[in-house]
Amino acid sequence: MRHLFLFLPLLIPLVTAVLGLLAWNKPRLQRMLGVCGTATLLASAAALLVTVLKEGIISAQAGNWPAPFGITLVADIFSALMVLAAGVMGLAVSIYSLADTDRHHESVGYYPLLQVLLLGVCGSFLTGDLFNLYVWFEVMLIASFVLLAMGGRREQMEGAIKYVALNLIASAFFLAGIGLLYGVVGTLNMADLAVRLRAVPHVGTVPVIAVLLFCAFSIKAAVFPFFFWLPASYHTAPVAVITIFSALLTKVGVYVLIRIFTLIFIQETSTGQPVILAATIFTMMAGALGATAQPELRRILTFCVVSQIGYMLMGLGIMTPLALAGSIFFMLHIIAAKSALFLSTGIVSRLTGTTELARLGGLYHKRPLLAALFLVPALSVAGIPPLSGFWGKLALIQAALGTGHYLTVTVALGVSILTLYYLVRAWSEIFWKKRQGTDNDEYHHVSPTHRRQMLVPTVLLASVSLLMGIAAEPVFRLSLLAARQLLDPGSYISAVLGVRP
Amino acid sequence: MESVLAVVIGGLYAAGMYLMVRRSIIKMIFGLALLGNAANLLIFTVGRLTRGRPPHVLPGELMPSLPVADPVPQALILTAIVIGFGVQAFALVLIKRVYQSVGSDDQDDLVAENRPGGEE
Repeated sequence: MRHLFLFLPLLIPLVTAVLGLLAWNKPRLQRMLGVCGTATLLASAAALLVTVLKEGIISAQAGNWPAPFGITLVADIFSALMVLAAGVMGLAVSIYSLADTDRHHESVGYYPLLQVLLLGVCGSFLTGDLFNLYVWFEVMLIASFVLLAMGGRREQMEGAIKYVALNLIASAFFLAGIGLLYGVVGTLNMADLAVRLRAVPHVGTVPVIAVLLFCAFSIKAAVFPFFFWLPASYHTAPVAVITIFSALLTKVGVYVLIRIFTLIFIQETSTGQPVILAATIFTMMAGALGATAQPELRRILTFCVVSQIGYMLMGLGIMTPLALAGSIFFMLHIIAAKSALFLSTGIVSRLTGTTELARLGGLYHKRPLLAALFLVPALSVAGIPPLSGFWGKLALIQAALGTGHYLTVTVALGVSILTLYYLVRAWSEIFWKKRQGTDNDEYHHVSPTHRRQMLVPTVLLASVSLLMGIAAEPVFRLSLLAARQLLDPGSYISAVLGVRP
Repeated sequence: MESVLAVVIGGLYAAGMYLMVRRSIIKMIFGLALLGNAANLLIFTVGRLTRGRPPHVLPGELMPSLPVADPVPQALILTAIVIGFGVQAFALVLIKRVYQSVGSDDQDDLVAENRPGGEE
């Protein structure tokens, strides 16, 4: 029964995608399948998290091949939390897409592709084998390529070319790293790798492989200096697509970085700490400075995605339980808050037909609720108490102060102020300032059904962020448990290989 | 044999990287294909080259008599080739669409229009 919970987050999106493809000419059925499928995925992810909390780390061997030989699926608290986040995001975006997806996207298979994307994401979170991880990455990538390019407009093509090229380079690096690692160690099972690599001091090839993999996943996670593809491509896609990309794809990169550098390359993590922290600092700054300079809402938010990646890496750079827990909490927070921000941007753009700050304005008079809906996640991302961003940053900064990383603390706080500045500026430009030229309400009409379908997921995600702030204690305790598990690779290894090494 | 393959892999990586930094999108896709092939050959080579010793288990025995060729790298390469094939097919369709909408395969022309001062 417990093994079933490990396979369900993969089976459900797969079955939904196949059913969706079978219903190719029936968009109504595809829409229904999308919402039902992601709702089931969310339920199964919740069941997985409960099981992991009750029984500790669980693992299953595909095809019943014993551990280092077959393909292993593993779930610890960290991966179960991430699968849960994927489920929440899948459901929210599926509902939002009901209102926001045009005929063209539906006719070329938007809904089944969304499921394939979720399949790849859940697979990456649950796999315990490095090569299998590569396969899940490719599943996720090919779905994201098509989702990004399917609009067919010129700027989308431009964005898609950059996205495809950079991600394929990252995949080639990843594959080379896997090959070299197999040549040196002779296994690709992550638990087995951890066992074999921790007995010996890492010299020669192993640190090089660690760097190669760090670069590969840094490209995927949009870490400085590999982040430039993200602001160049994300903003061209429809809002629902950017939301799920920014919520899940970069987080998969961060997840894998945290996973392999706490499990396999522990020695490199301590020697490479200055490098990771430098990458953290520059990622935060580059994203925040880029966002400050942008005149268009979607570009501001994509730079903001980059900037927040820096905070998630901070925990890996510091490597104490508190810091890692802060990173995990921050990941959960940013998935909810940033997505709420993107979705409310989508509503603004639907109402006004533009996302350029210069042409927006005065929306507060007509839509005060929407103004609040944008402001809550914006303040949360900036880290204003009592919203969720505050607690994530508090834990990270406390951990950094405790270990004497004062420069990182300074930058993290400075970037928070910049984040507050550019988000609040965007808010006042959209809602507060007088709209140029037209002063009568020329907003596009949105039918009540569509309005509900767009508002429900946005309100849901914004309230998740609010709740995570007000009731931070249980979520933080969960993150702390997950961090303790990550810092004790023995429990992971024994769950996979069956023996305490 | 390893040294020959090492040189080939190095050459493929160099050629792939060179093609990727060219402005032509077609060359970029070729570069990606070469990078993929280089990675595959790399897996093949570092997985140890063993000639003429297939990992067959003879009747009545429990394991093949050592040394044998490691089948795992070959399985990995096979998977990687299939994935690479799919991804490259997609990339080719994508550049065809780009060519249709831009009318050029120069990456500079992609951005020239929506940036003031982008063209020389």
